[in-house]
Amino acid sequence: MQHHLILKIVTKSIVGIILLFGLYVQFHGDYSPGGGFQAGVIFAAAFILYGIVMGLDKVQEVLPFWVVQKLAALGVLVYALTGVFSLFMGFNYLDYSAFSPHHPEHGQHWGILVVELGVGITVTGVIVCIYYCFASRTPHLDDGEW
Amino acid sequence: MVALLALRMSHLFAVVMLAGVFSLLSALLLVLMDAVDVAFTEAAVGAGVSTVLMLSTMALTSRVQKPIKKSNLGAALAVSFAGLLLLYGTLDMPNFGSNNSPAQTHLSNLYLTNSPNEIGVPNVVTAILASYRGFDTLGETAVVFTAGVGVILLLSGLRRRKQKSDSKVG
Repeated sequence: MQHHLILKIVTKSIVGIILLFGLYVQFHGDYSPGGGFQAGVIFAAAFILYGIVMGLDKVQEVLPFWVVQKLAALGVLVYALTGVFSLFMGFNYLDYSAFSPHHPEHGQHWGILVVELGVGITVTGVIVCIYYCFASRTPHLDDGEW
Repeated sequence: MVALLALRMSHLFAVVMLAGVFSLLSALLLVLMDAVDVAFTEAAVGAGVSTVLMLSTMALTSRVQKPIKKSNLGAALAVSFAGLLLLYGTLDMPNFGSNNSPAQTHLSNLYLTNSPNEIGVPNVVTAILASYRGFDTLGETAVVFTAGVGVILLLSGLRRRKQKSDSKVG
């Protein structure tokens, strides 16, 4: 993929927009369609697009393999520890009212935000990770070989 | 139509691309049915990520399907029989959007009436997924994580072994 100038330029300009849209879907999920899973997939798709066009090495400079592995675990931990936090505050496991006991609705808002963030981090990590695993096994191919 | 075309083709690159097109079309169908959340996921996973994964798998194997020599009449019969059974099963289902279907009469009313007061989040889907069914979603996240760990173990383990054998040869 040395000579695909148009693809490269378009990718460079579009990756930022995809990431921004991913963030919007993630943090606006309470108000509009979307949520952690969708946002994670969109985020991962941005990195995969970058990886396809620029090459695996370039994308792994931005997001190394070990970071992706840690991210996948971190998301689950964020989710589960939210539940543990509400246990310590004297509520049921994953009862988000614990975040602000006097305004249960605000607590629910915060809880949903944090939990969705956990889902998003895990999904991004896992999907980029699967892509890395597959792509790093593929030998380098010239365009003609397809 | 696209699916039939994909079945008839023997060049796998075209088949993978048609599968992506099929996913994108079903994402459009989901948008028409007002399931935008699912449509997001279908467009990104079905049309985007899985096409890439299929392509990178294909790069490891051959590009063209082997020609089929014998005809599979038995398989065709079994598949069409199962298809007919499934179609027969749909006859009992309520109409799309019917307001006395089981899905509309039990829990969803409760969620729709209570979630503005209890959760206060305008998107009821998010409220149900993250709050009412928080345990489910925790489990799903754990499943996604487990799938990722499985892929890492399967694929990167093989690579390490290969590198070892390569260094032995070298």
